[in-house]
Amino acid sequence: MSTDTTIKGSLGVPMKRKEDPRFIQGKGNYVDDLSFPGMLYMALVRSPYPHAEIAGIDISEAMKVPGVVAVITGKDLEAAGLGWLPTFHGLDKQMVLAIGKVLFQYQEVAAVFAESRGAAADGAEAVQVDYNPLPVVADPFTSKKDEVLLRPDREAKTNHIYHWEVGDRDRTDQALQASEKRIRQRMWFPRCHPAPLEPCGCVAQFDKMGRLHFHVTSQAPHVYRTAVSLVTGIPEDKIHVISPDIGGGFGNKVPVYPGYVCAIVGALKIGRPVKWIESRTENLTSTGFARDYHMDVEIGAKADGTVTALKVSTTADHGAFDAAADPSKYPAGMFGIVTGSYTFPTAHAEVDAFFTNKAPGGIAYRCSFRVTEASFAIERGMDILADELGMDPVELRRKNFVKKEQFPFPSVLGFTYDSGDYHKTLEVALEKIGYQALLKEQAEKRAKGELMGIGISTFTEVVGAGPSKHFDILGIKMFDSAEIRIHPTGSGIVRTGAKSQGQGHETTWAQIVAEELGLDPQNILVEEGDTDTAPYGLGTYASRSTPTAGAALAMAARRVRERARKIAAHLLEVGEGDVEWKDYKFQVKGVPAKSVTMKEVAFAAYTNMGQNEPGLEATQYYDPPNMTFPHGAYIAVVDVDRDTGEVKVRRFLAVDDCGTIINPMIVEGQVHGGLTEGFAIAFMQEIQYDKDGNNLNTNFTDYLVPTSLETPHWETAHTVTPSPHHPIGAKGVGESPNVGSPAAFVNAVVDALSPLGVRHIEMPVTRDKVWRAIRDAEAKKGQS
Amino acid sequence: MKVSIKVNGVQYEKDVEPRTLLAYFLREDCGLTGTHVGCDTSSCGCCVVVMDGDRAVKACTMFAAQADGHEILTVEGLAQGGALHPLQQAFWDQHGLQCGYCTPGMLMTSYALLKHKPNPSDGEIREELAGNLCRCTGYNNIVKAVRQAAETLQAAPATK
Ligand code: FES
Ligand code: FES
Repeated sequence: MSTDTTIKGSLGVPMKRKEDPRFIQGKGNYVDDLSFPGMLYMALVRSPYPHAEIAGIDISEAMKVPGVVAVITGKDLEAAGLGWLPTFHGLDKQMVLAIGKVLFQYQEVAAVFAESRGAAADGAEAVQVDYNPLPVVADPFTSKKDEVLLRPDREAKTNHIYHWEVGDRDRTDQALQASEKRIRQRMWFPRCHPAPLEPCGCVAQFDKMGRLHFHVTSQAPHVYRTAVSLVTGIPEDKIHVISPDIGGGFGNKVPVYPGYVCAIVGALKIGRPVKWIESRTENLTSTGFARDYHMDVEIGAKADGTVTALKVSTTADHGAFDAAADPSKYPAGMFGIVTGSYTFPTAHAEVDAFFTNKAPGGIAYRCSFRVTEASFAIERGMDILADELGMDPVELRRKNFVKKEQFPFPSVLGFTYDSGDYHKTLEVALEKIGYQALLKEQAEKRAKGELMGIGISTFTEVVGAGPSKHFDILGIKMFDSAEIRIHPTGSGIVRTGAKSQGQGHETTWAQIVAEELGLDPQNILVEEGDTDTAPYGLGTYASRSTPTAGAALAMAARRVRERARKIAAHLLEVGEGDVEWKDYKFQVKGVPAKSVTMKEVAFAAYTNMGQNEPGLEATQYYDPPNMTFPHGAYIAVVDVDRDTGEVKVRRFLAVDDCGTIINPMIVEGQVHGGLTEGFAIAFMQEIQYDKDGNNLNTNFTDYLVPTSLETPHWETAHTVTPSPHHPIGAKGVGESPNVGSPAAFVNAVVDALSPLGVRHIEMPVTRDKVWRAIRDAEAKKGQS
Repeated sequence: MKVSIKVNGVQYEKDVEPRTLLAYFLREDCGLTGTHVGCDTSSCGCCVVVMDGDRAVKACTMFAAQADGHEILTVEGLAQGGALHPLQQAFWDQHGLQCGYCTPGMLMTSYALLKHKPNPSDGEIREELAGNLCRCTGYNNIVKAVRQAAETLQAAPATK
C-alpha cells in the first residue's frame, strides 16, 4: 500500500491551539462583530430603585428622539403573553420587563429600538418612569421575617423560596453532641460575579420566510432554542441559534436574559434585525451573580482528630427571582459534595433560600452548581478543626482522607466518587513545595513576630452534569452528543453539543478524534454552537464538556472505527474478524505487513466500499452513568504585613488530578485561569449592596478583578487517576482551581494570623479586613 | 463631522457623529472588529490600539475626532505579508490566550511596550499590562509571550 499517513499519539500532547490564528489576528467572530443590513440597536431602561411600584411609564419623549423607532414596556409584553420567563430549573419565573413593580436596582423596565447605538441610548434616557419607592429588603435575614412580601405574584405568600436538606439530621446532631472536639463557624461566601471580558449580547433577526436567526453569547445554544420556543411559542424548527466566538463565560452566559427576549420581540415587531450588547455596568448589575451563601459549619471529631460528624446549615440570598441556573433536581445543586475528601460517618446539609431586592441569579461561576461554596465550607472547616485540636492541618487531612482502595466511594451524602488518590496528590504537593522547610521558616518568623501563613486545600469536585436520573434543564436531560464525518481524503468535521468559550475545543476535540482514528488533528475541523448543524447538547459549563461531549466524541470515533473495520476487511480481502486495530491502523491479525491506514479506508468508503454502507460517519449521544470527581491538593504561602494588613501570596502550588490529560498545555492554562479567579474571589471581587439595596460594584473601577500586577506566579503539577467510566478516563479540569483555591488562600491568611488568635476571616480578604483583624486581636491580647 | 484617519496604512475619510468613540469608528466605520470593547470605564484594555507608531491608547476613551490626522495601528495590521508578527507568534506559542477577547488589546499594549523597552523584565511587562484585564489566562503565559517576542525582535531587529 501507499506511504503511511498514520498520525500517532495525538492525546496527551501540548498541541498548539487551532483556534488561535483567528484570535491573534483580530479575526474572531464575536456577537458584537456582526452587522446586518437595516440592523437596529436596542438599549434598556433600568430601574434606579431596588424596590418600587411603577405608577406610570411615558414613552412620548423617547419616541421624539431622532432615530428612535419603537419602545416596548412590560405591559406590551404581558399583552403578548411574554411578560414572564421561566427560570432554568423551573421553580420560578422572572419578569422580562418590569410589570407593576421593580424588584432590584437596574432591573429592566423598557426596551428602546433605534437606528444607532447613540440614538438608542438617548431614547432610553428620555423614557420617563414614575416610581413609588417601597421598603427594601437587602439581606436574607431580614427577608426571613416576611415583614415585607417581595413576590405577591407567587402562590406562597412568603419570601422563603425553598428548604432543601440531605443526610441524617438526628444522627448527625447526636454525633456532634457526643464528639470529643467540636467546632462551629459562620462563613459567608459573598456574592460575586463572573464578569467575562465580553459582556452578554445578541442579534435577533427574522428572515424573509419568518425564521428566527438568533446570534447570542450562549454557553448552551440548544437549550436557548428550546427555551425561546417555549417562551415565544415560535415552533422550534423556525428557530436557529448560533453561538459564535464567546469571550469567556464562566457560567454568566448560561441563563436566558430579559434583553434577549426583548431583542427577539423587537425584531419580530419591527421587522428588522436588532442588536443588543449590554454594557459592563449592565453585566455586573443584572446578569447572573454567584454564591451569596451564609453557611454555619459544624464538625465533630475524636480527640485524635478522626472526624465523626459534619453539619452545614445555609441561608442563601437568591435575589429578586430564583433564577439560579441549576441543572439538577436539587435546589442547592451539588452542595452535598460538602463532605469533601473525607470519610464522615454521618453528615447533614440544609439550605434555606430567600428572595431579596437584589439582582437575580445564583449561577455556577466556574464550578458545578454550589460546589465552590461546599468546598470552601469543608476545607475552611477542617483548618478550624485542626486549630482546635492543635494538630497540623496536613495531618488532620491525611488521617481522614478517603483511601485509594475505598473507590468507588459512596459518600454519606449520596455521591459515588469514581476514583482518586488523595494521599498521593497531597504527598506530591508537600514534596514539591518543600513543606517541612516552610514549617521551619514559619517557626523562625513567628519567633520574630513576623506573620507568615501556609494554607492547604485538598478538595474533591463533582463535575460533568450529568446522569439523566438527576439532571435536567427545563426537563431536558443533561446528556451530550457528538457527530463525526470523515471526508474521502481523510480529513473530517466534528460537531458536538458543547460550546467552547475559550476552553480550546477546536484543538482538544480534534486530538481525541485523531487519537481514536490515527488521523491528523490539524485536518479535523471542529464546529460548535450552531443549532442547525450540531447535534443536540446541553452546552459547556460545570466542567461538563470533557465528561459528556468529550465522552460522546470518543465513542462516536469508535463507531467510525467499527464501520471502517468492515471496509478495511474488504480492502485486505479477509473476514472482519481477522482485522485488528493496532498501532493506529487496521492490520490482518498477526500479519503486520498487511495493513491499511484510516486515510486509505476513508477514501475507500466513498470509492471502493464493496458490500458495505458508503460513507464514514457516526453520531453518538451519551448519558453519563455518573459524574466525575476531579480532586487536588493546593498549597498557598503568604506573608502578611503586620502594620498595613497587606497580604502577599509568595507561592501557590496546585497539584490537580483530572484523570487522563488530553492537552497538558491547555490544562495548565485552565488551571492558571481558574486560580486567578479563585485568587480574585478570595481577595478582591465582591458585589456588595448597601442596606438600601444599592449596588456598590457596578463597574471595573469598583468591582475589582485582578490585573497582571496582583496576580501571583502559579506553580502546577499533576497526578493522574483516570475516571473508570469515562471512555478515555478524563474528568474535566476548568473549574477545579476556582473551586479549590479560595480555601487555600484564606487558610493561609488565617494561619498567618493564628498566633494572634484569629480563627476566621471573611472573603474577600482585603487589606482593610486583615488590618482590622490584627488590630482587634492585638487589642484583645492587650486586655487579657 | 468629517475625520480622516490612517488605519493600518489605509486612509479612511468618514463623516461621523462628534461623539463617536475611536473604538466604534474602527469597528463600525472601518469594519475592523478586532478592536474590542469590554467596559465603560476605561478599565479593561480590550480596545487598545497604537497611535502614531508607538503610543498605546484606549480607543474607548478617545473620540474618533481626536485621532483625526493621526495614524492608528490595530491588531489587523500586525501581520505583514502573511507572516505573523513575533508578538502574535509568541502568544500562540506560549498559550497566551484562551477566549481571545483581551488578546488584541494585549498585543497592541505589548507592541507599544517593546517599542519603548525592547528588553523588559517580567516585572516591567506586568506593570505595563496592568491596564489590560484578562479573565481567562491568569497572565503568566502572557508575560512569557511578551518575553519571547522581545527576544525574537532583538535577535532580528529588521522585523518591526
Ligand atoms: S473598552 Fe475597556 S478600556 Fe476600553
Ligand atoms: S483570553 Fe479571555 S479574557 Fe484574556
